[in-house]
Amino acid sequence: MSHGAERHQKRPSPVTDDPLWMRVLLSGLVVLFLTGFLLLPLLFIGTQALSKGFDAWLAALSHPDTLAALRLTLLTALIVVPLNLVFGLCVAWAVARHDFRGKNLLITLIDLPFAVSPVISGLIFVLLFGAQGWFAAPLAASGVKIIFAVPGIVLATLFVTLPFVAKELIPVMMARGRGEEEAARLLGASEWQSFWHVTLPGIRWGVLYGVILCNARAMGEFGAVSVVSGHIRGMTNTLPLHVENLYNEYQSVAAFAVSSILVGLSLLTLISKAWMDRRGREEPVVTVVCPEEERL
Amino acid sequence: MTRIEPNRCVSVAVTTNSSHSRDGGLQGPSSTPQAHGRWCDRISGHGSPVPLTLGISLFYLGLIVLLPLTLAFAWSLRLESHALWEIVTSPRVLVAFTISFGTACVAAAINALCGLMTAWVLVRYDFPGRKLLDALVDLPFALPTAVAGITLAALHAQNGWIGALLDPLGLALAYTPGGIVLALTFIGLPFVVRTVQPVLQAMDGEMEEASASLGANRWQTFRLVTLPGLMPALLTGFTMALARGLGEYGSVIFIAGNRPFVSEIVPLLIVTRLEQYDVIGATALAMLMLTVSFVLLLLINLLQSWMRRRRPIG
Amino acid sequence: MKIEVVDAVKRFGAFTALDGLNLTIAPGEMVALLGPSGCGKTTLLRVIAGLEYLDSGRLLLEGSDATRAPVQERRVGFVFQHYALFGHMTIFENVAFGLRLKPRRERPNETMIRKRVMELLAMVQLDGFASRYPAQLSGGQRQRIAFARALAPEPKMLLLDEPFGALDARVRHDLRQWLRQMHALVPVTTLFVTHDQSEAVDVAERVVVMRQGGVEQSGTMEELQGNPASPFVADFMGGVNLFQGRVEDGWTRIGDVVVEVAPPGKSNVDSMPTVVCVRSHEWQVLRIPDGFRAWRTVVRHVRPQGSIVRLGLESLEGAGRFEVEMTREQYDPYGFQSGETVFVRPKRVKIFADPPHDVAAAA
Repeated sequence: MSHGAERHQKRPSPVTDDPLWMRVLLSGLVVLFLTGFLLLPLLFIGTQALSKGFDAWLAALSHPDTLAALRLTLLTALIVVPLNLVFGLCVAWAVARHDFRGKNLLITLIDLPFAVSPVISGLIFVLLFGAQGWFAAPLAASGVKIIFAVPGIVLATLFVTLPFVAKELIPVMMARGRGEEEAARLLGASEWQSFWHVTLPGIRWGVLYGVILCNARAMGEFGAVSVVSGHIRGMTNTLPLHVENLYNEYQSVAAFAVSSILVGLSLLTLISKAWMDRRGREEPVVTVVCPEEERL
Repeated sequence: MTRIEPNRCVSVAVTTNSSHSRDGGLQGPSSTPQAHGRWCDRISGHGSPVPLTLGISLFYLGLIVLLPLTLAFAWSLRLESHALWEIVTSPRVLVAFTISFGTACVAAAINALCGLMTAWVLVRYDFPGRKLLDALVDLPFALPTAVAGITLAALHAQNGWIGALLDPLGLALAYTPGGIVLALTFIGLPFVVRTVQPVLQAMDGEMEEASASLGANRWQTFRLVTLPGLMPALLTGFTMALARGLGEYGSVIFIAGNRPFVSEIVPLLIVTRLEQYDVIGATALAMLMLTVSFVLLLLINLLQSWMRRRRPIG
Repeated sequence: MKIEVVDAVKRFGAFTALDGLNLTIAPGEMVALLGPSGCGKTTLLRVIAGLEYLDSGRLLLEGSDATRAPVQERRVGFVFQHYALFGHMTIFENVAFGLRLKPRRERPNETMIRKRVMELLAMVQLDGFASRYPAQLSGGQRQRIAFARALAPEPKMLLLDEPFGALDARVRHDLRQWLRQMHALVPVTTLFVTHDQSEAVDVAERVVVMRQGGVEQSGTMEELQGNPASPFVADFMGGVNLFQGRVEDGWTRIGDVVVEVAPPGKSNVDSMPTVVCVRSHEWQVLRIPDGFRAWRTVVRHVRPQGSIVRLGLESLEGAGRFEVEMTREQYDPYGFQSGETVFVRPKRVKIFADPPHDVAAAA
């Protein structure tokens, strides 16, 4: 989103440049604000995680409950991310390359999970599969457990992270226009070949970024998962839930030690985002000007 | 979650191809883009891809989002309306709604101000570490909310780094509504920054030069030209932060203290009801919140179409 | 307003945009700044407006020093290439902006403002559009609104940066005529930047040709085309054939063609590269040579264009390809056809010594 930040070099201008005192004041305030608000917590987590030494940190991480939580978190992400990736590709393709009635409605509907409180996202699945839910009877009869079990966690995470890849890809595919694919088709490529050899390489950074965002949320989701999980240690605890448990049991060092894994994950997300912003700038998207715009 | 570009692009594409119908068939050779696109679709040979990709999308969206949401709404219809009313108007619930709304509004307002300032500095000024700070702005998106929650709580607790400084002054935020505002400000910061930033970048300075050449001084230019140009983005960011703040759970519960009538938010109340196996009570609250959220979502969409209409020219 | 630029220097990092430029513009004049991109024409315009300050040199407005005067005090009307209309204001508010910002004692009351804005909108033929937003207007309409907005506070000079650059050919043509009429109506000193010589010629009374941060030549169209100061000007103004030639043994030659005697004082030089410049309509074209230094050429194409006919010729004596313009009256008696051999003779040539100039444009 800082695309184009360096597009035009900043020249000093007597008209639009703020006076020096204002620049110093505002930059100072913002630097102070962002460091205090964003950097300090990160530093704090690191310090707390290692406050009892490296061994305590390692012990907290290698505790069987932590490892079980890590496994469940990875498993969830492994199921959720590919599914949402396929959905994102399909829906971006459908929206950017074809026209149909209700397209804008579809785009709004993709946004729905963002508008719903995570807690309510979890509750929805309780109302479906919980003890008083729509499917309580058949589930009880067949002995399948969804709420307070892994399937519930996966479903809630699917719901919460559904928009990420799609939201990332739709604008990228829109901006690229149809020209390249049409050229490929005219040269004899099949729809699938054109997708594989022309479209996908062109949107790979968008795909990757969407996947990273989706993954970060999938691994970090708390509210929705908290409602459907039941917090059964070693069974239905994901990493964020495990952090909560530890913190509530006053095992502060262990809680921050486990948090440090999640912090590592989010830093990785930030770094890859910054890196991809740069890549995106180096490979500018060729925008196809549409006739309506031109006529203006 | 963060962007405004998507919808803008969408509208462009939609206007471009509005006449691109899918009925195929009757048309002579033509060089218009529409006809061209249609022709391309026709050469695809076996099986048009539209039903396939669109079909998969709709099926998946329906299965994961629409069907569960609808069923949840349907479930809530089981509740009798006066029982529902009773639940929703109980003093504890009303206070929780007030707290949720109040803190989310204050946090979104703080974010609008600080976010505008941050976006301004990140776009207009250059100083060492600017890129690092720019990247850091997304941290609240990337950091799991539970981690943010315990960190903020521990930082601001009486013995925390910041709490220890503020406590002697009687300003400790932990376990007060102030703590909720703090957590929601943290969570909502990227919304405002990331919606304002691209608009500010696109402004390019020419608008301000035009204003100056017409006799406006710096303050007049900011007040009459720059700020109104940013206003739609600012409002969108504010509304997004507000919507997110209303539903936020993970980052708030640790620092809030969760005292009924003081620092208890609605999402927490829902969870509490659920833990007491009061699914009906939880659902009643959830449906009310959902309605509010959808109204906000609608508002965001309206704001964005407003933004498109009044976008700067050039 | 009289504008004087003295020894102006402006650098952007390593790039020198203005390199000791001098220029004077008389009150009420309509002047075009013409040049290729990067020649400093836009920078000059922005310096005069006060959007940039000079690194050295001076700017005088009506004789008094305004080098560091802020833009707000210069009373300029500036029309930006992409118009820079305020998207959140209606057309009316856009045009009224400059009036409402005037200091209290000069500011007209709301009724006067309303009257003035409506007058301006009528002048730019957009009276019905007062309550619309800029996004609802076409490019040409936005251009005219930008013009009206710049004129509203009664500026002492009007500066236009590539005013028609973003418009399609048809609209551009109409707006040029319109701008000329506007200048007749509101005779304020007007400077506009363009890289299109036909635009400069079409609109301006005087054209200033710029190159590499300096003024190459300034004058009317007739002066610039008839008596270019350099091959650069000749080439840029168009309508000329440029040939890479040389001076040898007292003669100026192009390939094997002997064009003219050597320029004065050069009759003894051994071999000196030159550029020979002939306006494309200043040729005599004959079917049969009359013996007096005619060039032997083959007609490659014949393109009638309204009242004139363009002949594409290729020299059989190594002078390359070039295009000659004839009037219908000159052409019709002969009816030259593609493929036939004709003899041409320049009526007037201009010879420049040794400029390192690309003659590819000669064809």
